[in-house]
Amino acid sequence: MNTPLRRVGMAMMVMIVLLLGNATWVQVINADEWRLNTYNRRVLLDEYARKRGLITVADGTVIADVKETTDRLRFLRTYNNGKVYAPVTGYLSVTYGTSGMERAENDLLNGSDDRLFARRVSALITGRDPVGGNVQLTLDSKVQQVAYDQLTAKGFTGSVVAIKPATGEILAMASTPSYDPNVLASHDSDEQASAWKQLTAKDANDPLINRATQALYPAGSTLKTIVAAAALADGKNKDTQYTAAGTIKLPQSTTDLPNFNGQPCGPGQTVSMETALAKSCNTAFAEMAGQVGANKLRRQAEKFGFNDSGLKVPLPVETSTLGPIPDDAALYQTGIGQRDVQITPLENAVVAATIANGGERMQPYLVSKILGPDLKAIDETDPDEVETAMSKDNAAALRDMMIQSEINTGGEGRNNNIQIASKTGTAEHGSDPLKTKPHAWYIAFAPAQKPEIAIAVIVEDGGDRGLGATGGKVAAPIGRAVINAYLVGR
Amino acid sequence: MGSPVPTGEGSPGASVATSTSPGLRAPTRRGTELVMLAFAAGIVTLALILVELNQERSLSLRILWLGLAYLGLFGAAHLAVRRWAPYADPAILPCVALLNGLGLVVIHRIDLALEGTVFPDGSTWDPVAFKQVVWTAIGLLLFAATLKFLSDHRTLARFGYTFGLVGLVALLLPGVLPGFIAPTINGAKIWLRIGPLSIQPGEFAKVLLMVFFAAFLVSKRDLFTTAGKRFLGMDLPRARDLGPLFAAWGVTVAVMVLQKDLGSSLLFFGIVLVLLYIATERAAWVVLGLGLFSGGAVIAWKLFTHVQQRVANWQDPIGRYDVVGGGYQISQSLFGLATGGIGGAGLGAGRPEMIPEANTDFITAVIGEELGFVGLAAVLLVYMVLALRGLRGAISVRDSFGKLLGGGLAFALCFQVFIIVGGVTKLIPMTGITAPFLSYGGSSLLANYILVALLLRISAAARAPQRAPKPKPQQPAIADQHTVMVERPK
Repeated sequence: MNTPLRRVGMAMMVMIVLLLGNATWVQVINADEWRLNTYNRRVLLDEYARKRGLITVADGTVIADVKETTDRLRFLRTYNNGKVYAPVTGYLSVTYGTSGMERAENDLLNGSDDRLFARRVSALITGRDPVGGNVQLTLDSKVQQVAYDQLTAKGFTGSVVAIKPATGEILAMASTPSYDPNVLASHDSDEQASAWKQLTAKDANDPLINRATQALYPAGSTLKTIVAAAALADGKNKDTQYTAAGTIKLPQSTTDLPNFNGQPCGPGQTVSMETALAKSCNTAFAEMAGQVGANKLRRQAEKFGFNDSGLKVPLPVETSTLGPIPDDAALYQTGIGQRDVQITPLENAVVAATIANGGERMQPYLVSKILGPDLKAIDETDPDEVETAMSKDNAAALRDMMIQSEINTGGEGRNNNIQIASKTGTAEHGSDPLKTKPHAWYIAFAPAQKPEIAIAVIVEDGGDRGLGATGGKVAAPIGRAVINAYLVGR
Repeated sequence: MGSPVPTGEGSPGASVATSTSPGLRAPTRRGTELVMLAFAAGIVTLALILVELNQERSLSLRILWLGLAYLGLFGAAHLAVRRWAPYADPAILPCVALLNGLGLVVIHRIDLALEGTVFPDGSTWDPVAFKQVVWTAIGLLLFAATLKFLSDHRTLARFGYTFGLVGLVALLLPGVLPGFIAPTINGAKIWLRIGPLSIQPGEFAKVLLMVFFAAFLVSKRDLFTTAGKRFLGMDLPRARDLGPLFAAWGVTVAVMVLQKDLGSSLLFFGIVLVLLYIATERAAWVVLGLGLFSGGAVIAWKLFTHVQQRVANWQDPIGRYDVVGGGYQISQSLFGLATGGIGGAGLGAGRPEMIPEANTDFITAVIGEELGFVGLAAVLLVYMVLALRGLRGAISVRDSFGKLLGGGLAFALCFQVFIIVGGVTKLIPMTGITAPFLSYGGSSLLANYILVALLLRISAAARAPQRAPKPKPQQPAIADQHTVMVERPK
């Protein structure tokens, strides 16, 4: 019987070898397929076991902190003043993943970023748990707070973005309605789930979306700054005359393109570019766009940052576009920021900042410094000049026209000590634009002669003014308050 | 044979040689066993300390208690072997001690992970490590009792039919009894609930039926070796001798259908097949048996949804991740194994709470996650050493019954490991079955301790010096004898 017994022994060894081979396949050779599967939450849980880095604003105030807990996930993410900063910080949730800065800088915050490599090795040697790096933002806590308060005071849905024109530093990025990221970071899965349900409910108005970077709106009259820039580049100047008609027909069609309320732009047949911009005359700018042509207009918009897909600040930014311009009728409509023009509040702030910076477009950014766990700076963001959108002279000319526009704009919140250059917009949208409450825009920079802050404000659906809303009445007071917050008392 | 210690004395030739040397007793090698046991105790204690450190607990009294209990238990087992089976194989008990000890540590570790967990039905996790220590103690008592009262394994052959009947009843009982006494747990109807005790009679049936089959085959061996027709170069058994094989096949199918216990039926059928093969030394039985099994498996797959489920879960665990009774378990097992990788997360640093049935069916997945491929491979190799040492006893023992029983027991151990670890690592479809000595569960532990006691008994019989023949009266050599007159027959 020994021969079959020995064969059985061989069979037993073969079985063990098969198991070893298969374990090698699962655990070593093909391990990544299973390890990185989205259903595998171990990697995420391991991240929670590490002390995540902090997020601070420019003055060092901590807006995303960590607290050690006694439960399964060792560290709890806490957000200070969460609703104000949520559009930027995003959330960190066991169940619902990450968003905002928590996602964009995840590798750094969780300590796996290559820039932290040396520190990880030393942590390994000293036996200490690896710790995430810290992110210091460019946000100015005062400006951010005012921007958020201004939007929420009347329960507006909208966004404010403020940029330092000379560098591209983002000073404020508010989006409302906002949310408290603390509930999503909770280690209580029921609390997370009910908060998530509430925040994603149909009538909740998408609080989880950062409108500054993720929402695309018709640019409305704020686009006239770009049309004017294109015309200036095309050899026109602020005195070039355009039609003053209250209404014109779109080329090759019977459709009317009226001014606001259908009024003529001036007493005569024509009106200067300066007056047209100050009064935001649609007919003049439609004609101006028609003269410039689709290609030059598009090129000018690109110089201001349109069509820049893949822009990250480091939050990913939706791509602003002029949309297709198949014929002159479309070109006319595009010239007044309607038709298929889509722009993010951030991009509109970049437009204002670029004009303010003498035509030099700076790359907008939110992260000023990367700090190691020991709070030593590892990396600093240098301002990056992307491209020259306008000549210095043209930028100055446009600035002067925008100063006139500000003077012409109504609304509250003026500070006579601060000269602002601005452009409002009242963007129609929806399938029946005349019966849909318009979005109110305001882009501006100040002080006009030596700009330190450029802003874009959008209030969706007319804010508290309904169908009668205009950029000047609804958005401008917010913009002025934000500018004052930054400039007054400095 | 992969054993870490030199074992020159194990072979039959050597033992015969030493036993014939007058005045020289064969070494019992109990000292070796004690040293290896101490080594196993060291590893197990180290594992326990690792768990405690990684879970960041102080070394509490409970650990001391567990460690001492472990030492006491296996020290006592060693003394039992020393007393009642002094020539037993020295590697078997240390292997068992290592596996059982590691099992206890991992079960304790899973207790820590699940501590405070509240299940959907409102119940909380009840720590089971202590219960398993009690089961280990009872198991070792049974082990010692088996060695004490069964001084010669051949005694078992006399009760073959009794064992067979009891085994058959035990195997099928849960399948036919009503639900209040034989509840369906996790889809399998393999439990008997008597008061507070839940037992799995199938575990004991495995050993009982093996004794029966070994005894039966030895007594009817000639019958089975009688050649029938030759076909494809194999001697086919005669049709009338196929009875036992068909009976086993029938029982297997019954277990599969009545109890939905695929693992046990596979194990049982494999054992019968191997016993037949060892007894007859003819591969024809294996081919025939595999054919039968494949046929039965295909039919079962066609007819029964629970079989189809297992196969589908095996083919595509991720695709069936969210299906009830789908690929969740096996996916979690693979996630754990893959995340563990080569070196593992470290004992106490993995996430066994995410693997369902972590302390029973999927305990090897927990080991693979926390100790990595290295740890899992080590465990598999310990199993292999254990089974091969058992087999070596069978090869060395002189009687056919011992060979058959020893071979069957050793194979059963190894095959069971193949079925469960193969299922856990997705080599074969997952079938619920315990990992011998590792998994939590009294029945499995007790049955396996009896199994190991039998293996030790057989190896002791193989290595013990042959009992000196009864001292014959001193007689002169035949040549010196007187010639005896034989009376002439009348």
